Amino acid sequence: MNKPVLQSPDPSLSSVSTLPPLKAAAGIFAAYDTPDFFCELMRRTEDMPPLLRTVRDRLAGFDLSELRHRTSTAETQLYRLGITFTVYSDREAIDRILPFDMIPRVLTAPEWEHIDRGVQQRVRALNLFLRDIYHERHVLRDGIIPASLVLGNPNYCEAMVGVRVPGDVYVHINGTDLIRDSSGRFMVLEDNARTPSGVSYVIENRHMMLRLMPDLASGMPLRSVEEYGLKLHQTLCEVAPEGVTDPQVVLFSPGIYNSAYFEHVFLAREMGVPLVEGRDLIVENHRVYMRTVAGLRPVHSIYRRLNDEYLDPLAFNPDSMLGVPGLVEAYRRGNVTLANALGTGVADDKAVYAYVPRLIRYYLSEDPILDSVQTHICAEPEGLAYTLANMDKLVIKPVGASGGYGLLIGSQATQTELDEFRAKLLEDPSNYISQPIIDLSVSPTLCPSGVEARHVDLRPFALTGKNTWVLPGGLSRVALRKGSLVVNSSQGGGSKDTWVMAR
Amino acid sequence: MTQTGTRFPAMLANLNTLLSRYGESMMWLARYMERIENLARILEVTEAFVRNPDGSPGWESILQINSDEERYAALYTLPATEENILAFYITESTNPTSIRAMAHMARENARSARPLISTEMWMQLNIFTQSMLELSTPDIRRDGLSGLCNRIKQDCQTHFGVTEGTLYRDQAWLFYLLGKYLERSDQITRLIDIRYRTLLPDGEISGSQMDLTQWGSVLRSAAAYHAFRRLQPVTTTPANVVGFLLKNEGFPRSLMLNLRQVESTLNALSTHYNLRHQCGPLQERIINLRATLEDQTAEDIISRGLHEYMTYIQDELAALQAEVSVTFWPLTPVMTQQTAVSPQ
Repeated sequence: MNKPVLQSPDPSLSSVSTLPPLKAAAGIFAAYDTPDFFCELMRRTEDMPPLLRTVRDRLAGFDLSELRHRTSTAETQLYRLGITFTVYSDREAIDRILPFDMIPRVLTAPEWEHIDRGVQQRVRALNLFLRDIYHERHVLRDGIIPASLVLGNPNYCEAMVGVRVPGDVYVHINGTDLIRDSSGRFMVLEDNARTPSGVSYVIENRHMMLRLMPDLASGMPLRSVEEYGLKLHQTLCEVAPEGVTDPQVVLFSPGIYNSAYFEHVFLAREMGVPLVEGRDLIVENHRVYMRTVAGLRPVHSIYRRLNDEYLDPLAFNPDSMLGVPGLVEAYRRGNVTLANALGTGVADDKAVYAYVPRLIRYYLSEDPILDSVQTHICAEPEGLAYTLANMDKLVIKPVGASGGYGLLIGSQATQTELDEFRAKLLEDPSNYISQPIIDLSVSPTLCPSGVEARHVDLRPFALTGKNTWVLPGGLSRVALRKGSLVVNSSQGGGSKDTWVMAR
Repeated sequence: MTQTGTRFPAMLANLNTLLSRYGESMMWLARYMERIENLARILEVTEAFVRNPDGSPGWESILQINSDEERYAALYTLPATEENILAFYITESTNPTSIRAMAHMARENARSARPLISTEMWMQLNIFTQSMLELSTPDIRRDGLSGLCNRIKQDCQTHFGVTEGTLYRDQAWLFYLLGKYLERSDQITRLIDIRYRTLLPDGEISGSQMDLTQWGSVLRSAAAYHAFRRLQPVTTTPANVVGFLLKNEGFPRSLMLNLRQVESTLNALSTHYNLRHQCGPLQERIINLRATLEDQTAEDIISRGLHEYMTYIQDELAALQAEVSVTFWPLTPVMTQQTAVSPQ
C-alpha cells in the first residue's frame, strides 16, 4: 500500500449544513444532481472533506464505458466465484448475484466513530433488555414498556424464562439498519437481532473493489474488513458453556437450498469451523454432537443461521426437517451455546423499536447516541388515529415482516392503494406501525443512463462476546430503481463497498 | 484470507473433525468427475474407432458398459442411433448417467463440501459444471463431438490438477482419493468386459483374426494406447491387452494400480487419523481382492471366464463402497466409548 495522498484535519459532523448543493463536478458527474437529498459523496456543503474530494475527483476521471466494462467483469467474477444466491426449481438450480455498484459509499472517520459508539450502546441496551424480560422483568414493572407488547409478542420465547446464558449475552451478532435524512443525520431504521445476513458481501465487495478499482482505492486510508471471521470465531469461543476450555464451534445452516448458503459457507471458512446441517447433529443425554467419520464429536458453540422455530422439532415446529431434536433442552441446560440466543426477536420487533431510546435511558442512564425514527404504534389508539389521519405522509409497516414486504409508502401510493391499506390496517391495527417518510440519503450509482443518485442505507455488524466490536463499515445497500426507497435484495436492491476512512 | 493472529487451537487439537457428510460428498465428487472424464473419452473413441460388423460406429456398446439398455429403451427405441445416444449421454437430464446429470451431481456434492474445498477448485468446478448444464443439442452436432469431448476431458483433468495443487491434505483429501480410485477400478472392469465380449463373442484367445484397430480402440478408451505400445512393441493379443489393463503396475488406470491405491488410501486413513478400528475390515476386503488379481495371469482369467471375474470385481467394489458408507456415514450414528465418557 502507498501512503495516503492527502491528509487533513477531521471534518466534524457539525460541518454538515444545509447549504445549497455543491455544483456538480465534471466528468461522469457532469449531469449528476441530488436536488432534495443528502449525497453520501458530494454532501451539501462546500466544505467537502478532502478525502471525499479525492474520491470524487478520481471517479470523475473515469469514463462511463470503462466503468461499465469493469462492472461486467465484476459480475462475471461474482458468478464464477459463486458469490450467489441460488434459486431452486424442480430440476434446475439458478444462480443469481447481488448487483454490485462500483462507486463506493464513503464514511469519514468522525462519522464512523459516531456510528460505532451508537451501535455499541444500542446492542448493550438490547442485551440488558433481553436478560431482564426473561428474568426479573424490572422494565415491565417500572412501566417503561407495555407488558403486553413484550409478553404477547410472537417472538417472545417462553422456553427462555429463567435460562442463564454465558456472559448474559443474547445478541452475539447484530445488524443495525441505519439511514440518513436530508440533513445527513444518521438514524436507526431497525435492529436485526435474530440472524442478520449480508456481512459476507461487505468483505467480498471489498475484495472485488480492490481487484477491479485499484486505481480508485490506491493510497486511501481504508479501515480493513478482514478481521470479521477471526472476531466471530473468538466471540463464539468466549461464550462457550462454562468450563469448556477448547470449544468446538460450528455454523449451523439450513443447507444448500437456503438462499444465504454462500454466506454460511463464507463464514464457516473464515472461522475455520465445520458448516453443519441438522442431519449432521445429534443430541444424546442433553449434549450436542456432530457426526464425523470417526464417530460422534461434542459441539459447544453453535452459530445458527436458522430461525428459532426451525431449530428443534421437539420444542417448536414439529414438522421442521431442518432442526435437531433435543437441541433446545440441551441449550436450556447450558450444555451448548446458541448464537444468537433463542427469543431475541422480541428485541428487534418493529413495535418494540419505538421504545429502544427509553430502554437505553433506563438501563444505561445515557442519552441515545443514534437517533431513531419517530414511530407511531397502531396498537395504541393515538398511534392509530394519527396514522389514519396522515396515511399519505407515512410509511406503514407490518411489525412481523422483513425484506421490505407488505409495507406502504403513503406518498407513492394511489388512492385505491391507500383505501385498501386502510381496510387492512383497521382489521388488525396491532400488526402495524407507521413512521414519517424519511428522505433517504443518496449515493452516485452507475445506472443505464449514466451516473445517477440512488437511495442507500447502511447495516453495520456488531459482535458481542466479552466485549462488543463493530466491523468498520457495514453493508451499504442501494435501491437501483430510480426514486425507490426499498433497498432489499429481494426487491431490486444492489450493494456497494463501504469505505471507512481511518482518519 | 488472514491466517495469522491468535486462534483458538480447537482445530489443531482435534484432528478427527471431518463431518461424515463432507467425507461422503468428497468421495462422490471424485467419482462423478472421474466418470464424466471416462464417458467423454469413450464417446469420442466410439465415434472415431469403435465399429459394428457393418462398419457403423458401435454406439450400443456404451449402453452395455454402463448397463443402461433398459433406461435407454424407456426413452428411445432400439437399435440405438447416434443422435439418440448422444442426447441420452450428454444432455438428457433424466438419465443419471448423462454428462449433464453427472455434472449436476458433481456440482451439488461440491456445493455441499464447499466449506472445505479450495476457492480455486470451486471456481473451476462452478464454471465447468455450469457449462455442462447449459449444453444443448447444437453443441454436440457430430462434427463437434470430438471437440466437445476433448474440452470435457480437459476440464476434468484441470479439476484433478487444481485439486492436487490446492486441496488441503487431510481426511477430506483421502476420501476424495478413495472415490477416484474406486471409480477407476470399476470403470476399467466395465470397459474390458464389454469390449472383450463384443470383439470376441466366442471367447477365443487366438490372435489370428485380430482386428488391430478395434483392440487399439479398447486401449484408447482407457487412454492406454501409447503406454501399451511402449511396453508391447511387437505383439498385440487380446490377452496382452487385457493383461495390461488389469495387471500393469505402472499404468494409472489399470485395475491393479487402482486397487493398490485404494489400499494405501485406507492405510493412510487408518494410521494418520486414528481410524484403525473403522478401516480394518475395509483393508481386509481390498487385500483379498488384490490377491485374486495377483494370483492369476491374464490367460488364466480369460480361460476361467473374464466376464465372471469382472462381475466379481464389480460386486466386491460395490460391497466395499457400501461398507465405507456404513462405516463412515452411518444412518444411525454409534455412540463411541470415547464420546460417551468425555462430554468435552
